[in-house]
Amino acid sequence: MNLWRHGVHWLREDLLLNKFSRRLPSKEYRVAIFKPLSLDEMKAKTKVLRRHIVRMTTEAGSGHPSSSMSAVEMVTALFFGGFMQHDPAQPRWNNRDRFILSKGHAVPVLYAALAECGYFPVEELMTLRKLGSRLEGHPNMKRLDCIEASTGSLGQGLSVGVGHALACHMDGLSAHTYVMLGDGEMGEGQVWEALASAEKYKLANLTAIVDQNGYQQTGATKDVLKLTEFQPKIESFGWHVQTINGNDIEQVIAALTIARSIKDRPTAIVSKTQKGFGILPVLAPTGDLNYHGKPLSKELAEKALALLAD
Amino acid sequence: MTIGQAAGLKLGKAVRDAFGTALKELGNEFPTVVTVDGDVGNSTRTEVFAKAFPERGFNVGIAESNMVGVAAGLAAAGKIPVVSSFAAFLTCNAYDQIRMCVAYPHLNVKMVGSHAGISIGEDGASQMAIEDIALMSALPGVAVVVPADAPSTKHLVKGMLEHHGPVYLRCGRIDVPEIYGPDSVLTIGKANQLRDGKNLTIIANGLMVGIALDAAVALEAKGISARVLDLHTVSPIDQEAIVKAVKETGRLVVAEEHLPHGGVGSAVASVTAQLAPCPIEFVNIGNTYAESGDPEGLLKKYGLTAEAIVAAAEKVCSR
Ligand SMILES: Cc1ncc(C[n+]2csc(CCOP(=O)(O)OP(=O)(O)O)c2C)c(N)n1
Ligand SMILES: [Mg+2]
Repeated sequence: MNLWRHGVHWLREDLLLNKFSRRLPSKEYRVAIFKPLSLDEMKAKTKVLRRHIVRMTTEAGSGHPSSSMSAVEMVTALFFGGFMQHDPAQPRWNNRDRFILSKGHAVPVLYAALAECGYFPVEELMTLRKLGSRLEGHPNMKRLDCIEASTGSLGQGLSVGVGHALACHMDGLSAHTYVMLGDGEMGEGQVWEALASAEKYKLANLTAIVDQNGYQQTGATKDVLKLTEFQPKIESFGWHVQTINGNDIEQVIAALTIARSIKDRPTAIVSKTQKGFGILPVLAPTGDLNYHGKPLSKELAEKALALLAD
Repeated sequence: MTIGQAAGLKLGKAVRDAFGTALKELGNEFPTVVTVDGDVGNSTRTEVFAKAFPERGFNVGIAESNMVGVAAGLAAAGKIPVVSSFAAFLTCNAYDQIRMCVAYPHLNVKMVGSHAGISIGEDGASQMAIEDIALMSALPGVAVVVPADAPSTKHLVKGMLEHHGPVYLRCGRIDVPEIYGPDSVLTIGKANQLRDGKNLTIIANGLMVGIALDAAVALEAKGISARVLDLHTVSPIDQEAIVKAVKETGRLVVAEEHLPHGGVGSAVASVTAQLAPCPIEFVNIGNTYAESGDPEGLLKKYGLTAEAIVAAAEKVCSR
């Protein structure tokens, strides 16, 4: 099913970045856009993405399903809720909205969304991590045009997002850049350097999403470093910050809508989620609620797929 | 895993596993050893030490630059910090901290990079250190050590703790064949000859040593007699052993799980260029990043096989 309605053009609302923003002729803002899904359709889509994540990581025999699961509602809302304007027919279209997955190990959720958007066949998901596949274990922008940044070394995506946002600003483009980070990833100093630089240039076309799923590789995020009251910390860097339940798609949509309405500073969404959300009843009996960097066994995958059935 | 089969070696543990176990076993003998981790102690295996000596294990979170700086402070205050992460994140993310806080002041920091090379497999290029030897051996006074198997790792970890000054120890992720025995003698800075030969010497380290031994068996069947030298220490390099190999066998093949520039091949070639010019062929992953895939498939695709070493040996013998 192709969700995209090519040829439907409309005049996109100009995002007023700040007082330095330049307006280009309005034709630059005419973009191909696909129709946002309804709330029910989006909820159904979260299940579709989750099933893809389980299937592809179990088939690969490695990968990070639990890190992918926590982010499903956010990715679904961005790609299917009308927030991201982009075009599979021209992936590097210069006024596309960008999504950078800084926590690159969660790339199964992104591949699932991109396949559902029509960037590559859904069947290709099953080649994840196999020799020769374009769907590598971490995002590789040289292999796939629809990947915005090669990530996998944590801490770097927000800086790249600042670069995209600055360039869009310079070129008078209305494109918005979203960067998703992990809560453990917030330990990297570079993230805080990026926060400061985005504030300096008042990048209202940049949204950082912290997928606060409570765990990182070696345990609970709050036990490794006490950074977790993210809202006041990021606010103190001059950002507009909202904290939401990121596994509640209605809250996600509301927060993304507010983020797009802010015109004078960069925005952040602290998305409180659960690692493995959607398949927790299957993971819980294993006694490992983090389930970091492990695929589900065939048996567990069966159970998870049953749980995620329509 | 087919590595080491032709040479009749049996599969042993991964170098990272041997490192974690050795560190724990040496914990009482070296009471000032502490570990500094960046949220991957369960991957680098420092958690084996940290679980046995909880008050001596620190996890500073996903923050490699800070991690190396903290280790430098611990060393300056008299501890022997063993700081570890994936080799790619340790050496690349924290390179300036390694340069400024460790190498320049020549502090006694032990830097251990796990998941080195392309043999990590499915995680792909972002997690594969293939430039670490070049980076670390560029730094004055930093010893660079690449163990080939579990038994030699045990000895080299002890050597690393006894050595005064910065050391970089490179560890692989996957299980590798056992080449050494428990009583083998390994000294940092001294290469080990594993097999004698007349027509050429294959110099290798890490995972490539087992592959080199397989190649030597295949070469023997073709009437070419190959010596195999384990150059586990890249810096300071064992000039004497290299010159001796050139004098006695005349030709070299250098095999490494690394980029072509700045690694073992470059280090060996700069020794021979000055002291014993001879024909050399190089086996490495080529000037490219690798990708996701199964470890054996990747080694094959990127030319790190016994066949590639055999071909290089035949070529060097025809020169
Ligand atoms: C610079 C760097 N250091 C370490 C790692 C290894 N690593 C991969 S995932 C991970 C934990 C990430 O935790 P978090 O950011 O909370 O993401 P989650 O998996 O919980 O979504 C770590 C330490 C890495 N990829 N990059
Ligand atoms: Mg997390």
